[in-house]
Amino acid sequence: MTAEALPDASGHFGRFGGRFVPEALIAALDELSEAYASARRDPGWTAELDRLLRTYVGRPTPLTDAARLTAHAGGARILLKREDLAHTGSHKLNNALGQALLARRMGKTRVIAETGAGQHGVATATACAYLGLDCVVYMGEEDTVRQALNVARMRMLGATVVPVTTGTRTLKDAITEAMRDWVTNVDSTHYVIGSVMGPHPFPMLVRDFQRVIGDEARQQVQELVGRLPDAVTACVGGGSNAMGIFSAFVPDATVDLVGYEAGGLGVEGALHAATIAAGSPGVLHGMRTFLLQDPDGQTLSTASISAGLDYPGVGPEHAWLHDTGRATYRSVTDGQAMDALKLLAHTEGILCAIETAHAVHGAVELARELGPDKVVLVCLSGRGDKDMDTAARWFGLLDPAPGR
Amino acid sequence: MNTLAEVFAAARAERRGVLVGYLPAGPGADEAFAAMVAAGVDAVEVGLPYSDPVLDGPVIQEAVDRALAAGTSPTDVLRTVEGVARAGVPVLVMTYWNPIERYGPARWAADLAAAGGAGLITPDLPPEEAGPWLAAAEEHRLDPVFLVAPSSTDARVARIAGLCRGFVYATAVMGVTGARRETSAVAPGLVARVRAVTDTPVGVGLGVSTGDQAAEVAGYADAVIVGSAFVRTVLDSGAAGAGKLAAELAEGVRRPLPRPVPAAAPPAAPGLDGI
Repeated sequence: MTAEALPDASGHFGRFGGRFVPEALIAALDELSEAYASARRDPGWTAELDRLLRTYVGRPTPLTDAARLTAHAGGARILLKREDLAHTGSHKLNNALGQALLARRMGKTRVIAETGAGQHGVATATACAYLGLDCVVYMGEEDTVRQALNVARMRMLGATVVPVTTGTRTLKDAITEAMRDWVTNVDSTHYVIGSVMGPHPFPMLVRDFQRVIGDEARQQVQELVGRLPDAVTACVGGGSNAMGIFSAFVPDATVDLVGYEAGGLGVEGALHAATIAAGSPGVLHGMRTFLLQDPDGQTLSTASISAGLDYPGVGPEHAWLHDTGRATYRSVTDGQAMDALKLLAHTEGILCAIETAHAVHGAVELARELGPDKVVLVCLSGRGDKDMDTAARWFGLLDPAPGR
Repeated sequence: MNTLAEVFAAARAERRGVLVGYLPAGPGADEAFAAMVAAGVDAVEVGLPYSDPVLDGPVIQEAVDRALAAGTSPTDVLRTVEGVARAGVPVLVMTYWNPIERYGPARWAADLAAAGGAGLITPDLPPEEAGPWLAAAEEHRLDPVFLVAPSSTDARVARIAGLCRGFVYATAVMGVTGARRETSAVAPGLVARVRAVTDTPVGVGLGVSTGDQAAEVAGYADAVIVGSAFVRTVLDSGAAGAGKLAAELAEGVRRPLPRPVPAAAPPAAPGLDGI
């Protein structure tokens, strides 16, 4: 891992980031910053993380040349970075394992996490089982219903899943509840934040743990096509898979970085989670970033068919990349994402997560815009087993029960 | 109207603690504040209802959800401040930072001062991010109040205490707001650490709900801050209940006490007592 220019010492990416938390948490954030800095300098610690990424997570994940999807799109060549093939089925374990190793290094015995789609919760439960740490996962009640399979997975892994019934009962409220737990139990507990968000040092830490996606992909694309891609795409909720793959390409001026937010039923209405497209700067969950908020600064409720993108904020580094123009952010509706889910399954035999399908739609659209001879890299962030119930209803895939 | 400094000076002369009562603005709050002030609350905190109150427990969350559902806005908060200030006690607003960021710190300071407000308590605004607010507060002669916690290092306690005007808010326990059966074992040590670096009065909040607890806290702190207990009472029995609780707490902060000077500060390790 190389030293990054940003965030600055106080955790800012330009005007974004920082630490807006109760004073009770400042000592824990300082402890985490110090533990992370010392771990990165410790060759034994980084070697153990590298070894586990290889032998436990299954890294490096492959790069797939999506020939039939490319032919269907009729434009640029589409390459898929296969994070869906990592252990637990998404990129989330890269970060959860790194943070769980840090928790152990800090002498913490209990780990808490928030989860939306359940992928980060499953990854954290997995890392805790592997390292022998107690694990509690907060999940909005609405999400425990639409992602029931992941609730069962977390419980099978020995984690306690707490359905959150306050507020909108989704990811935002799960984070609020996890922060309350952390304030109360910070002595024994590390909060494994699942995305590039929250107070400093989390946005930096999670980005660094996810950067392995971009570092691998950058080399793999060059090996396959002999040059850098023309565009790198990913879905953006909090934005950890996007930040992980973008960060390796940020210095490459010829590479366009494009993030796809959840457009829900359409950004022109109220039912979406397109934070950068429709939001404004504000402070939520410890960071200054783009938010969906009302004129009084109250957080708005969001809507997306994908629980993992259903969040009214976005990682502060994305806000900064947007501000500087280095990355662009577009939105993809529920319908477009579901069509892309089906298209990828039919053309490539890959059932991706609905979150990921937002990036797939974006990549197809972008491939057409760029035209042949160009190369588009997509972060295929997760697999879709958890979403089959939603997909079955959406597409009417299940036969009626016999005898009716 | 009295300033916070005058209220603390008067209480010190009477050898008693200052009683601070909190409620979020919203339906019924104005009547409840009037009853609390009539029954002996010395200073008031008006909460600005916010959608994601990370430092609050279920009681305050319930009240805040009701206030938001009723459409309570920052403008309503200013109206409540105006009403309570007219009763002659200092009024502070307690708020998470985003609504103020959205309102604009300079405009908020001007409007809060115009409404007769005395200051602002900002539980999620660390001193590192407080520059614009501190400038606005100074311009409009408002008291900025920040929180110190049992986990704060001595260096941070000194830095935060140095920025506070009116009083320093010491959070008695590591945890969210809510009444607790026992008072905090770590609060006296935290108060002693604040006193070591400032002459500004120290208020202790989080967990106090009875006259006995108020008396105990008044034994080592300048102010006793009561939030969730008032909120619970107002949710259950309205302004009359709030007045009754205020009378009990006001008696508590007036009890003659041996005032034990905390000797060597107890270990600063954050405790989980009473949660």
